[in-house]
Amino acid sequence: MDWLDAHLIPALDGVAYGMLLFVVAAGLTLAFGSGGVLNLAHGTVYAMGAYIAADIGDGSWGMLVLALAVGAAAGATSGGVLAVAVAPVARRGHLDQALLTFGIALVGGDMLVSYFGADQRQVAVPKALEDSVTIAGHQYPTYRLAFIGVAALLAGLGYWLLVRSTAGAAVRATTDDPEMVAALGLSPRVVHTATLVVAGALAGGAGVLGAPIITPSPETADTVMLWSLIIVVVGRLGSVLGALFAAIAVGEVQTLGVVLAPDLAPYLLFGAMGIALLVRSGSGILPEFAARARVLATRARALKGGGA
Amino acid sequence: MNTRLSAVIAMSSRYGTVARRAALAVVVVWLLVLPQLVDTYTLVLATQALVFGLLAVGVGVLTGHAGLATMGQVAPYAVGAYTTAWLTRHDITAGLLQLPAAALAGALFAAVTGIVVIRARGVVALMLTLAVGELTATAAVQWKEFTGGSDGVSTPPARIFPGGAELFDDQDIYLYVLVVALVVAGITALVLRSPAGLLLAGVRDNEDRMRAAGHPVDRYLLLTYTGAGAISGISGALLMTYARYVSPQDVGFDISALALLAVVIGGVRSTAGAFAGAGLIVFTRDKLGNWWPGHAPLFLGILFLIAVYLLPNGAAGVAQQLRSLADRMGLRVPGLVPRTPAAAGAGDGTVPASGAPVPEEADAR
Repeated sequence: MDWLDAHLIPALDGVAYGMLLFVVAAGLTLAFGSGGVLNLAHGTVYAMGAYIAADIGDGSWGMLVLALAVGAAAGATSGGVLAVAVAPVARRGHLDQALLTFGIALVGGDMLVSYFGADQRQVAVPKALEDSVTIAGHQYPTYRLAFIGVAALLAGLGYWLLVRSTAGAAVRATTDDPEMVAALGLSPRVVHTATLVVAGALAGGAGVLGAPIITPSPETADTVMLWSLIIVVVGRLGSVLGALFAAIAVGEVQTLGVVLAPDLAPYLLFGAMGIALLVRSGSGILPEFAARARVLATRARALKGGGA
Repeated sequence: MNTRLSAVIAMSSRYGTVARRAALAVVVVWLLVLPQLVDTYTLVLATQALVFGLLAVGVGVLTGHAGLATMGQVAPYAVGAYTTAWLTRHDITAGLLQLPAAALAGALFAAVTGIVVIRARGVVALMLTLAVGELTATAAVQWKEFTGGSDGVSTPPARIFPGGAELFDDQDIYLYVLVVALVVAGITALVLRSPAGLLLAGVRDNEDRMRAAGHPVDRYLLLTYTGAGAISGISGALLMTYARYVSPQDVGFDISALALLAVVIGGVRSTAGAFAGAGLIVFTRDKLGNWWPGHAPLFLGILFLIAVYLLPNGAAGVAQQLRSLADRMGLRVPGLVPRTPAAAGAGDGTVPASGAPVPEEADAR
């Protein structure tokens, strides 16, 4: 119980980070699944949303809603632009697409810094959410708690749409078998464009709501991009549920993990990712190491026995 | 695909080889006389581009030839650089000793990390190499006694031979780096053209078939990964020779990403293209970027967009592109046979049935 008491706050922070990263990464993984484009400009869209929140938000609910609308609209627009930009290279390899989307990310990042300035920005939170609440005797920022709730709601709604709605079925079908979707009279390209627009809106909206948690600065785009990339790859590209688990895991590694293993803190994220990928990819390398270790142990025992 | 490939091979073997060798010779001569042509700042940038280009050569060997896209070649590069720094501080300043030591260190590091990396393919391999690179950069920050932590480590100038003159002059450093880079790149290109390179191409294009034919695919890949580590280790040694300073910032994630993109810009299977891509990136960032300070990322981004849309085969494919463009406009390029109906069809986008005569100037996209 003491242990739980001491680690409750980092664990809760991990959930908040995880849910935020999930909202960002869900769009990324869907866009990859349905269109095969790994969009390296996705983190830049989050940063744009966060800057918009810092610029428009003044601590009132009205301005937060306005910022959310502007951020989501800007994100959706960038998704549409991306769909147009990617179309000519759709048939070329992933590396060409990476070059393209990374180029867009660099240009977009430069425009953001030119427009919003190179300083880290503070973001105003609505007055009602500014204070902290008491959870099991600990103070916790109300905004983060509210964010966890909103993100969970968003995740649930998104998942329901994906699994139950016709539009969601179209996205899932395009992920599995675009030729079949085309044969049924639905253009995979339209589905893909729509997915990119929704993914952009999600990232932009996540930027607005997440701005008090991962604040806008010139490094934000790269950081969020790298974390999202880890999440979508560890959670299996194209899988939304996998991304959810991976996002929570990444959030916890960064918060709870750092508290539990402070000495290893700098290595934790990539170390954990490497191990997760090795276990998950089924490359058989861990069982092989275990088998070799057993063989060595048997030989060592045999040697000892022979010597005695 | 097969038809296109054989068309390219036929074209390069009949007409391309002579032209390509001549072009290569011109470029090498141009590089050798570059110190007489440009100012010191440009020469230092050229040195930087050569070092970065050699790093990209290692990336290209893995990405283009072995089919393992990598974001982790900064790791053996860092190992090579820090090994060289350690040697220099322990009075082993001769480049001819530092280079093999850095190559060995990079190769050893790659041999160990490669055991893990070569099991994966595609984007998982990419992320594993990213993890190797990031963990190495983190170790460079943490292991202060060896690396100087985030402050980095600076060293006195190197020499070429034991007891020789110090490499201090920018021209001398440039020429030393150029010769080493050319020798290493030349050896790499020769190995890749040898039967060993063909085996690697087989693994890349049809791994199952290679396995079924009894080839020890894992061993080939591990050897390649180790070799690429040696190349990157040498590149790290050259970094110490010209910059005389290395810090974790020099071996970060962004350098890895740029090295990978340099290879994509240059054409993933071209050794010369890796240098071309690296040169384009360095000059765009540090020369064009100076026109509008603080906006180097904008110029880089525009470079990447131009490269994607205008150079579908990378810088190395420009010659082919020009030829097919000239062909489409009805121009006769000397050295090309007249168009055949099949070739005309290929130019319009229809692929002739396999077994048809190979069109010499097929649009090789």
